[in-house]
Amino acid sequence: MRLTLREALLSFRRAPLLSGLAVTTIAFALSVVGLFVLVALNLRETLAQVAERVEIVAYLERGTPVDVVTVAMGDIQAFPEVEEVTYVTEDQALEQARRELTEFQGVFSELTQNPLPASLEVRLKPGFRDAAHVTAVADRLRGFRFAEDIRYGGDWVQKLDRLRSIAAAVGLVVGIAFGAAAVIIIGTTIRMTVLARNREIQIMRLVGATDGFIRRPFVLDGAVKGALGGLLAIGLDYAAYRAVSSSLFAASFFTPAQSLAFVLIGTALGFLTSAVSVNRHLPPL
Amino acid sequence: MIRFKKVFKAFPKDSLALKDVTFHLGRGEFVFFTGHSGAGKSTVLRLVYADQLPTSGSVWIAGMQTAELRRRDIPKLRRRLGIVFQDFRLLEDRTAEENVAFALEVTGSRRGAIGPKVMRVLTQVGLAAKAHAYPRELSGGEQQRVAIARALVNDPLVILADEPTGNLDERATRGVFQLLRDINATGTAVILATHDLDLVRQTDYRTIELKDGAVVYDSGQDSAAVAEEAR
Repeated sequence: MRLTLREALLSFRRAPLLSGLAVTTIAFALSVVGLFVLVALNLRETLAQVAERVEIVAYLERGTPVDVVTVAMGDIQAFPEVEEVTYVTEDQALEQARRELTEFQGVFSELTQNPLPASLEVRLKPGFRDAAHVTAVADRLRGFRFAEDIRYGGDWVQKLDRLRSIAAAVGLVVGIAFGAAAVIIIGTTIRMTVLARNREIQIMRLVGATDGFIRRPFVLDGAVKGALGGLLAIGLDYAAYRAVSSSLFAASFFTPAQSLAFVLIGTALGFLTSAVSVNRHLPPL
Repeated sequence: MIRFKKVFKAFPKDSLALKDVTFHLGRGEFVFFTGHSGAGKSTVLRLVYADQLPTSGSVWIAGMQTAELRRRDIPKLRRRLGIVFQDFRLLEDRTAEENVAFALEVTGSRRGAIGPKVMRVLTQVGLAAKAHAYPRELSGGEQQRVAIARALVNDPLVILADEPTGNLDERATRGVFQLLRDINATGTAVILATHDLDLVRQTDYRTIELKDGAVVYDSGQDSAAVAEEAR
């Protein structure tokens, strides 16, 4: 084990340029993937924030008794899709309108009677904020006798839906492409470093080293390069993130657990690609 | 100890590299393999250290048939052989001492035992004073001595030398050849593949000549080996 470790670390000392180049290449390949994942995560977060505004409003018939409304609220709250039901009385509606629609201040002050109906505002749980569920809940609300009108911005929700599915599809395709490119680049880089030591591998074989013994320092070396590449990639991505969020808009970065996972992925890639590369130099009999 | 029995070797897209090669090499024997380049000398050696397997026929080394070895047994076989090449095959970024020690390290020798063993073989090949020199600081002859020291350090049954003097001047050639003879004198068998007939003529060691992959001459043919081969 000591020898394995020594041989693996020696590769950095013996071929500092090649090793440095390999780590940098791995870092760039991974940082591009990382940036893409960051964009995807931020986009998803933003879309989720937008989706929070999805709301169904049921306007009530004037004069609907409060106890009827209370019973109905209990029923609605029991819908599996529903997160929250809020009762907005006629007075509260007018109050809210006065507050929010200041440009109509004149109109409001001339009113002798409140023209606004009371309403129930229904918010859906996170997984149900799409057109199909919104429509289904709206239809169910129509079944209440006192519900005069149901509004839920169907068009807007449909557009949001489309945006979400486009983002998911593009994310998947581009993500796979970036991921594959990174794997190929890392694989080629590691292969180059193994190839540079082909002579050593052949000498090891001649003096009677077992396949496992030959493989070990290389896979360890590959794993170390992958880990360093992953760390450097996180650093590069963090720099990019800081630049963007300080000048353009507030974004979010990887959590520590995600960063660790990222470094581990780099390590695993280095490990696996070097194992594959070394095997190419260990010919079958 | 090394026995080839009706060995044929074919490489893809190539004519036969070896045709019906049969010979037996006894313990401690010294044998030359001669012939033009491409005659099959290197192929014979590669079959001995199980880098290649015969297409047909059988190769036996110290009681093991190479075709029946499992992959993990091959390193064990190679630890009992010492292999020397024309191009030395030393690691450029390690000293003479480290190159020799490498052969012990990869076989999992105890760390404490490595140093004395390395110095013993470096002394044997006359390079103890240059233990800390890197290959580029050594002459061709000296580099080949390091390679021979590396081959010796595991106390092999046989030294396989493939054109070991091919890159050396006359003086270095004589030195390396004498070293191989000295090693043989201590009981280690030597197979020396060479096209240098001057070397062959200097001694009366057994000589096997290959031509186009076939044995055309074997000076040991009328020795005890014949009886072995016939079996």
